Order: sequence, then C-alpha cells, then structure tokens
Amino acid sequence: MNGILETFGLATRGLVADTGAIYRLGASTASIVFLGPFRGQRVRLRAAVEQTVRAGNNSLFLVALICSLVGMVMALQSAYQLRQLGAVDLVPNLVAISITRELAPLLTAIIVAGRYGSAIAAELGTMKVSQEIDALEVMGISPISFLVAPRVGGLLVALPCLTIFADLVGILGGQAITVSAMGMGASRYVELTLDALVLEDIYTGLVKAVAFATLIGLVGCHQGLNTRGGAEEVGRTTTTAVVRSIVLVMAADLFVTAIFFIRA
Amino acid sequence: MDNAIEAVGVRKAFGDNCVLDGVDLEVRTGETLVILGASGSGKSTLLRILVGLEPPDEGTVQVCGTKIYEVDELERARLYRRIGMAFQAGALFGSMTIAENVELPLAELTEIPAMNRRIIARIKLGMVGLEDSMDKMPSELSGGMKKRASLARALALDPELVFFDEPSAGLDPITAAGLDQLICQLKNVFDMTLVVVTHELESAFTIADRLALMHEGRFLIIDTPDVVRGCDDPIVRNFLDRQPPVHDGGGEKFKRFLEELQT
Repeated sequence: MNGILETFGLATRGLVADTGAIYRLGASTASIVFLGPFRGQRVRLRAAVEQTVRAGNNSLFLVALICSLVGMVMALQSAYQLRQLGAVDLVPNLVAISITRELAPLLTAIIVAGRYGSAIAAELGTMKVSQEIDALEVMGISPISFLVAPRVGGLLVALPCLTIFADLVGILGGQAITVSAMGMGASRYVELTLDALVLEDIYTGLVKAVAFATLIGLVGCHQGLNTRGGAEEVGRTTTTAVVRSIVLVMAADLFVTAIFFIRA
Repeated sequence: MDNAIEAVGVRKAFGDNCVLDGVDLEVRTGETLVILGASGSGKSTLLRILVGLEPPDEGTVQVCGTKIYEVDELERARLYRRIGMAFQAGALFGSMTIAENVELPLAELTEIPAMNRRIIARIKLGMVGLEDSMDKMPSELSGGMKKRASLARALALDPELVFFDEPSAGLDPITAAGLDQLICQLKNVFDMTLVVVTHELESAFTIADRLALMHEGRFLIIDTPDVVRGCDDPIVRNFLDRQPPVHDGGGEKFKRFLEELQT
C-alpha cells in the first residue's frame, strides 16, 4: 500500500513540476515571439517558415486520408439514424458541424502530435544528449529563441491551416458517401452544407487548433530539452511527448468546447 | 595578477552523491590550467559549473569578473561573448556544415555581413587545419576533426577564455600531440586563458602552466607541473604513476554481499 502511495505521490509531484516547467517555457517563448521584436531581438521568420512547411508536409497526407475517412463514416452513421426519420437532408448539416467544430481540429492535432510533436522531441532530445544545446548556451544563444520559438511559431501557423484542410476533406468525404450511397445531388449537398455552417463553427475549430498547436509544440520541446542520458532516453522522451500531448489536447478540447457551450 | 576565474566553496550533489565538496579555484589571466582527475572525480561537473551550465548547490563562481549565476540573462549573454568552449565530442550542429557551425555565433551575436563571416570561418578553420573541410557535414568528420572544428567554433568570437573538455580523449597519439600544440599556440600567440579538463597525463604536462588534481570532489594539489611531479601524496603518486587502487573485491566485501543477499 505504501509503495502505491509513494508511486502516486512521485507521479503527482513529477506532473506538477512538469506543468510548471511547460508553463515557464510557454511564457519565455511568448515573450520572445511577441515582445522580442520590440526589444531588438532577432526575428527568426525563415526558421519559423521552414518549421511550418515541415509540420504541414509531415502530416498533410495522413490528415487527408484520416479526415476523409472520418467524414465518410460520419455520413454513414448519421444516415443510418436519420433515414428512419426521413431526414437524410440533415446528413450534410451533421457532418459539417461535427467535422468543423470537433473532429477536424481534434484528429489533426492527434496526427500532428504523433508526426511532428514526436519529431520535435526526438530532434531536441538528440541535440541535448550530444551537448548541442549546451553548446548553444555557452555561445550565448538562447535555445528557446533559436529552437523552441520557431517550432512553436511554425505549429501555430501549420495546425490551423491543416485544420481548414481537414474541414474540407472531411466534408468532401461525407459528400462522396451521401452522393454515391444515398443518391443526393452533389450541388444539393454543398448547398445544404453552406446553409448549415456559420462562421462560429469554423472559428471554434480554429481556436482549438491554436490551443492544440501551443500544447503540442511546448510539450515536444520541453520533453526534448529535458532529455538526459543516451539514445534509450531519447526514445522514452519521444513517446512521453506524444502521450502527454494527446492527453493535454483532449483536456483542452473539453475546456474550449465547454467555454463555447456556455457562451452559446 | 587578475584572476579570470574565481570559484569559492563550490558544492554539488546529485541526490546522495556528493560530487564536489567545497571546491576553491582561481585561474589567473593568461595561464593554462589543467584539471586532472580520474573518471568520476568531479572534474567534468566542475567544468559545467564554471561555464554556467550547472548551478552549484553552494558557493560562488566568478568568470571574467562576472558572477555567472547571479546576473540576468542579458549580462550572461554578454559574458558568453568573451568565452568559448571546445566540447569533448564536438557538439557540432548536425544539420549545418562545418563552416556554418563556425559562422553561427557570428551570425547570431554580431552584425558582421555574410561574406565577412565566411572569411572569418575560413581563417578559424585554417587555424585548426580544417580549411579543406569547410563544406563537409559533421557526420563526414573523424573524432579528431570534430574536436578541432569545435575549437574553431569556440574561437569564432576571439574569446579571452577558452574551456576544453577532454581535448585529447580517444585520439591517436599524433592527432593528440597536434591538438596539444594548437592549445599551446593559443596561449603563446593569442594570450588566451585556457582551462583544460583531461585525464591524459602526457598531454596535461605538455600544455599546463599549473595542474590541479581532483580526487573525490576536492583538489588534492594545484601547482606547477614540476611541483606536482615531485609531490609525495600517495593518491597523487598513484595517479601520476598509473597505479590502480587495490580493491578488496573477493574477501570481506563479497562475504557481506552474500549475507545481505540471504537476509
């Protein structure tokens, strides 16, 4: 019993310490990104653009594949229920709103956490164990400014863009199934989708994407920068980065959804 | 004479393991101080503390007149322009060429135009004999070349003080001797203050103005090579004469181990 309590206590202490460290990393990164230019610090626009392209390229194909499949499944599942009520016309409505408000940002974030978040953690972890981070510090170059800010900044652009792309392919997936299996006209589907969607549906998803990007970027960088030991440890921190990112993304999803729900 | 480094009462422990036990150290401006010691004696931890990478649990560290752990980030960045460090395995950035590695501190910390940065990188790489490898990636270099490239990067901003972490470890005797020669040149020609951490005796006696021998987190002796060579402290003698300590691995310790295992 004592052993279990001790393990639970240590895990809680570790979680609290990590949360504090991620918060501090986020504050330093925000200070560099938003206040740095006014303090005469170097703006690493080129590095941020490179990271945006990298994050996007890494995940684009998977986002297209998974979100179109989910759009198709959503159309089939909702049609299964709505057909009994003779309300198949509501399928585009249901697909569009579930995809834009919930599924596109969430699935995109999970894919990006697995593809790009893990890559950040592995890259920075390898740099840490090979003393490249130490070398930066001894040169007087802030690793947060040089490595973390471009990666988090890149994700803040890439993830909302990927989310909009996921919205489109998800809706197109739903359309493909509705048109082919339920005989609805393609233009009728588009018309019903546009009627159903309001601007808030899109920006709800984008607000979530921004929150998820911040979490994935900071957790990946934090895990990477805190790697100790050798290659085995790099593998462990990479896995931890992905697991923690996904858990935090789910928690943030609930939080943001609740805020929009209360506001509505 | 001014001191480039003053460390007073430096203590550092990792959990229950006390690595540095109240170390005092002064490095005079313009001298080459070699910190010697067996593996695990605490010399690498001391080096990390001296360059600002590992805050001590207790004690103060002053480098080039700046209390490195008591100043803000801006002041510390200013200090880092005056010091350089050559890392044991090079710590070169794998995604950049050797020249880009050397240019990095110039690009990040100065306003020098790109062409001039390239010229400076060529000069610094020429100093370490790597001018023909400027456009190679770190993965294409041997261990000795990586160490020299790391030194070229450390010299990029013309530092007053350079730290070396195990410069000749793992190198063949000829490459190691070449690196020793280079370190001597830095002191004689450029008047730099050098702090070298090593366990290579031959190299240490070649380059040192003073030697500091560490044992179990403390300095046993800090003096000129001649005085250290003549020291009759048994631990110092064992280290210099390469006499390994006698371990009671089989007798009493093993009996105790068996008893503990049974209980």
